[in-house]
Amino acid sequence: MYKYIIRRILVFIPMLFILTVLVFALILAAPGDPFTGKMDPNVDREVYEKQREALGLNDPVHVQYWNWLKGAVRGDFGDSLIYKGRSVSELIAERLSNTVYLGIFTIFITIIVAIPIGIYSARHPYSLLDYGATAFGFFGLAVPNFFFGLVAIYVFSIQLGWLPAQGSVSKPGLEGLELFFNKLQHLILPGITLGLAGTATYMRYMRSEVLDVLGSDYIRTARAKGMTEPVILYKHTLRNALIPIITLLGLEIGILLSGAVITEAVFQYPGIGTLFISSIGNRDYPVIMTINLMLGLFVLVGNLLADIFYSIVDPRIRYD
Amino acid sequence: MELKPQGNIDGNSAVGVKKGVRGTSPSQIALRRFLKNKLAVVSVVVLIVIISAVICAPFLTDHSPTKTNLMLIERPPSDDHPLGTDSSGRDNLSRLLYGGRVSLIVGFSAMFFTLIIGVTLGSLAGYYGGKVDAIIMRLTDLMLMLPFLVLCLTIVAILEKVTIGIFVAIIALTSWPNLTRIIRGAYLKLREQEFIQGAKAIGASDLRIILKHFMPNAIGPIVVNATLMMATYIIIESALSFIGFGIPQPTPTWGNMISEAQSIRVLRNSPEAWLPPGLAILVTVLCINFIGDGLRDAFDPKSSRRS
Repeated sequence: MYKYIIRRILVFIPMLFILTVLVFALILAAPGDPFTGKMDPNVDREVYEKQREALGLNDPVHVQYWNWLKGAVRGDFGDSLIYKGRSVSELIAERLSNTVYLGIFTIFITIIVAIPIGIYSARHPYSLLDYGATAFGFFGLAVPNFFFGLVAIYVFSIQLGWLPAQGSVSKPGLEGLELFFNKLQHLILPGITLGLAGTATYMRYMRSEVLDVLGSDYIRTARAKGMTEPVILYKHTLRNALIPIITLLGLEIGILLSGAVITEAVFQYPGIGTLFISSIGNRDYPVIMTINLMLGLFVLVGNLLADIFYSIVDPRIRYD
Repeated sequence: MELKPQGNIDGNSAVGVKKGVRGTSPSQIALRRFLKNKLAVVSVVVLIVIISAVICAPFLTDHSPTKTNLMLIERPPSDDHPLGTDSSGRDNLSRLLYGGRVSLIVGFSAMFFTLIIGVTLGSLAGYYGGKVDAIIMRLTDLMLMLPFLVLCLTIVAILEKVTIGIFVAIIALTSWPNLTRIIRGAYLKLREQEFIQGAKAIGASDLRIILKHFMPNAIGPIVVNATLMMATYIIIESALSFIGFGIPQPTPTWGNMISEAQSIRVLRNSPEAWLPPGLAILVTVLCINFIGDGLRDAFDPKSSRRS
């Protein structure tokens, strides 16, 4: 197992390298340079060339890549082209925590809703709740999350006035518990919106996993030994049924982040997603590049953790 | 002489079932199973209604979907404009119908081109194995490194202008890896089977083996995934159009119509403007997913016991 983990981490390193090349190549394909459209047409060609030289834009591609990579390792991703004088790291640091809160909250909701309902559905298949859960599953996967978000705002913010529709806090200057609850309130609608598809997916997975395990020989043995239902359920069934679910969570990070981009736009939630969208609109390439790199890194780390976790919790799997 | 009555029985599947005559083709079995699935059949009917409605758009409304009228901005529903007008004074009903055309065409053509890329690469990887397989699989790993939507948006940022054609190309070029993997997996299972070995032994060409022996046996996963992909692409088109990076205005699409609701005033005051396109997406995608599920059960020999 340890051998496998070490090898898996070693594979991670070249993948990380390829990711940086991919991100760099994508931006290299973009037309123009940082001066396009912002330059006074009267400026001398010579001055322009000098500026390009100073920024290293005339260097060969591999030198440019190397310089960018050196900066990236130190956390220096250059300056934003749009927000004058602000570094990319600064802009991202400002937004990152909000997106992390949203992600954690979403996963939390997904787990506390999907797993109990999935277990219930498996233990009482073809019951009323099971059919309801199946219907919800179809709905959750078919409704576009931005549309669901709009309906949620319309119903819960505009009509009922229960929850805030936009932003991450109501007003600046809140502190302590008050700030916490205010932020939590702002997370509820975006979190449910973002978690909808995931909840539907996990519910189905959980149901089929538990059904699978309940039908296996060792559960029959446990029953034959006269074990009580709760012991069979919690000690024998869940331990095994949860393995693929938790592994899936690691692979889910990419989907979650993609969804976060759209969901944040609906709720004007100040996270990485809204920053990404405004940067796309402004063609703010350094920011786009850095967010790409960061999200790609999240996906890679998620996959890595999922694999490592899987090898730890499931000793049946042999690697060679 | 003997062929005639047999042809008759095969042609009339209902008779075939009653008499328990064997010899129906796998696709006939699949079709019969599909028709037993009520939800899927109802979905087909609803989808046909939606498709006919968007095709017959010129007969259902007199208004142009793109003609602006500054005298009629954000009007509530009236006899002339049953769903009101949008922020540029365009008729919402007409945009809903014509927008459906664009959304469905984008979804379908993106699915079609993804299918071509995915099936081709998946076939090559699954059939030849070895180096070809390794190269194609590394390429899919590379494409899967960035979240799909993020990759799409980055390409939109790189391109100066997005048209419907370019948009379809972006989706097809970024979303083939999953399908490629599925097709490859299906081929790998088939590869060692005797009939493939047999076809090779009698000297059939690679292309013939792929087209005549692999493809028909992998048709189940191909058709099911194509269906579900189309549903996904309709959602992706609407999501990207909603945030302003999909099909550019004034072309009507369902996503473009919903993007009007980004203004809190429209969201609050005119649900008749943004609710119908959203429901249209929901119903269309639901139907396609039900059909996909029906097809999955129909093609899956293991699920034959479920009625």
